Amino acid sequence: MSARIQISGLGFAYPDGKKALEGVDLELEAGERVAILGPNGAGKTTLALHFNGILVPHAGSITVGDLPVVEENYAEIRRMVGLVFQDPNDQLFMPSVREDVAFGPANLGFVGDDLERKVDAALDIVAGKEFAHRPPHHLSGGEKRRASLATVLAMSPDVLVLDEPSSGLDPAGRRELIVTLSGLPMTLVVITHDLPLALELCPRSVIMNHGRVVADGATQALLGDVEMLADNRLEPPYNFVRVEDPPRS
Amino acid sequence: MGAGHTHALYVHEHSAIHRMAPQTKLVAALGMVASIAVTPREAIWAFAVYAVLIGSIAALSRIGPGFLAARLLAVAPFVLFAFLIPFIATGETVEIGFVEVSVPGLWGAWNILIKAVLGASVSIVLTATTEVAEIIRGLGVLRAPALFTSIAVFMIRYLELITDELGRMRTAMTARGYDPRWIAQARPIATSAGALFVRSYERGERIHAAMLARGFTGEMPTFDRPAIARSQWVVVLVVIMVFVAVATVALLVT
Amino acid sequence: MHAPDGFLGVGVAVATGIISLIVIGFALRQSKKQLSDKLIPLAGITAAFIFAAQMFNFPVAAGTTGHLLGGALAAILLGPSVGVIAVTIVVVVQAFIFADGGITALGYNVLNMAIVPAYGGYAVFRIFRRMLPTSAGGVIGATGSAAWASVVMASVAFSIQWLFGATAPVSFDDVFAAMVGVHALIGIGEGIISALAVGAVLASRPDLVYGAADLERSQLDDSKVGMRTFVVGGVLVALVFSAVISQFAVDNPDGLERVAEDTGFIESSEDHSLADSIFADYATDGVSNETLSLAIAGIVGTAVTLLVAAGIFMGLRQQRSRDPASV
Repeated sequence: MSARIQISGLGFAYPDGKKALEGVDLELEAGERVAILGPNGAGKTTLALHFNGILVPHAGSITVGDLPVVEENYAEIRRMVGLVFQDPNDQLFMPSVREDVAFGPANLGFVGDDLERKVDAALDIVAGKEFAHRPPHHLSGGEKRRASLATVLAMSPDVLVLDEPSSGLDPAGRRELIVTLSGLPMTLVVITHDLPLALELCPRSVIMNHGRVVADGATQALLGDVEMLADNRLEPPYNFVRVEDPPRS
Repeated sequence: MGAGHTHALYVHEHSAIHRMAPQTKLVAALGMVASIAVTPREAIWAFAVYAVLIGSIAALSRIGPGFLAARLLAVAPFVLFAFLIPFIATGETVEIGFVEVSVPGLWGAWNILIKAVLGASVSIVLTATTEVAEIIRGLGVLRAPALFTSIAVFMIRYLELITDELGRMRTAMTARGYDPRWIAQARPIATSAGALFVRSYERGERIHAAMLARGFTGEMPTFDRPAIARSQWVVVLVVIMVFVAVATVALLVT
Repeated sequence: MHAPDGFLGVGVAVATGIISLIVIGFALRQSKKQLSDKLIPLAGITAAFIFAAQMFNFPVAAGTTGHLLGGALAAILLGPSVGVIAVTIVVVVQAFIFADGGITALGYNVLNMAIVPAYGGYAVFRIFRRMLPTSAGGVIGATGSAAWASVVMASVAFSIQWLFGATAPVSFDDVFAAMVGVHALIGIGEGIISALAVGAVLASRPDLVYGAADLERSQLDDSKVGMRTFVVGGVLVALVFSAVISQFAVDNPDGLERVAEDTGFIESSEDHSLADSIFADYATDGVSNETLSLAIAGIVGTAVTLLVAAGIFMGLRQQRSRDPASV
């Protein structure tokens, strides 16, 4: 199941007054895969935290699957939107991986065998059964990433938002991640500096800078516009050659 | 003061004691130390019985005497204080060799010493046979407030992360030639402690966001645990009754 | 200061156990009201921070090192209720999981290492905040004083517990003089480290310092701590201390005691039947003037109790007047 996202005129400023988002418009169809690119401090993570109401906008609106993201809908929205954070350590806070994966569905009301099934299913997707019983601080970086993905998948979200999912992964780990993500059915939003990953996984990309959307289009086309990339502290991947169809994995 | 040992005392073995549910071991430990604490110090035979019993449990748990002895060093500061007592205490004195020591002082020192050592031994056997998360879970089963145990679980989870960060900060400072001897030179240590607090707090806020994102509304979900065999509680009851019996006899007889 | 099992008598162990349970239960409720769903991650992480901070040594003099207690610091950073919870969890976990401190000693260990330093320290903090300028410097100065006082108060609390539950024939006088004297020195390290640490937090995230919530932007920039006030204050405190503690160290009636006798405040006779009833024999045997000792114990003990109660009360009042949106 996947859901669409509609963001209209979103604006947000931090308590110290610093403007983080201004007039952000974005529309994602159900099942679409979009990469969000941009320099550090552009507001990408801030935007992601609006998807499930952790941050509340000062202007504009956001709906997920036609449900407005307002307080009375938070419970349902947080079931629908899965957010994978930049630092897996922030997301793995239970004594064992298994309990971390169970945390989400347990909050949704799952118990007993139903709960076990959801946990097992999520662990299977990330091949995490082998380390599920271990405490999170005994996991390698790659295992932590897989575990944190499982904690979110266990809630069967309709939208998956990932913040720098490939950072710190070795090439094999990165490949596993791309393979895993390619097989998922839900709407995908990937915040990343890993441009080849964006190219491989997301047909569409959005570039953000200074809290605004500065470009929105086919990833191929965007990455070919070297000047525009440079204006936003980005550059095309080495050896990038513009082709009509992105390589399939 | 807590001289700090993050290496928890768990010893990975497969013994009957290891297999017992944590709440049973906690209750047993409490019963044992309470009996030890109330036993009058003159009943030396009682402490000998306790030592044998605790030693047997340790042996059953496949804990070596060397391990136990090494961990017992933690009570060292109080052992030191205990040794001083006969020399500074009041009361009738006796001569041992060249020194005059107070007789009630000797008894006082013995009292503190034997109870500290036996009490710590029980704690060490408990922690050697029960994993950290299990101990906290056991406390929860024994009706410790859920908030309390949840916070403790979080503390344990992030302790290593924060100690590592602290260690890294210290290494970085030492690498730049920092070698403080006087409190006046402690400024960098204190400011880095402040910086560590800010980073830890900000991590706490991110963890909170991650919890909210997965549906948290203020109460941690409870996960079912398999019911434990009645026989475990029977064992605990027997152990406690033995200790209480010894303590009672000691109280009556002395 | 993690006392082992049986260090103090059963009566004291049980009484302090009950007191600690009640106070911690109260603090848990207050903390929940203050932080609601943020309580578990924030208190947990703070407890981990305090545990880690307690582990690292800071230099005292010529190679010797000291350790932080952290109760006052936690209370000033997070508020007294959350602060006391964080330190309590450290003490409890140290007992159950690291076998550091007896399980039956938790009553007085929690009382002395968490409740008294956090609540008492916070009360002293607020008193000093009143007296010092409203600026970052004032907060830093108040923190240093409060942290020092918290360590001294903890040692006073322990000494008073010894008065009731001594298990060895060391008199209250000796314990009081030694404990409080030593901790008055150790507390200096705690004071300096805590003050500097709070200063560092104020410099980067002032909103994270509960005890500085009333400061405006402009006041935050002023981090001058008037050293002269502290030197003068320090000398005064040292004088009072020496006067009080010397009473215990010397056997012959002297100074304060003579004054007390001359003015008829105490009888010059030695024995007093009151002492026989509730105080441990060990603690009162060999004391040159029981009445004076007990008077000092009473005064100091009452002062500490009042400060701790004030801290608890302030935690409650502060919570009510806090703007919920600012949490």
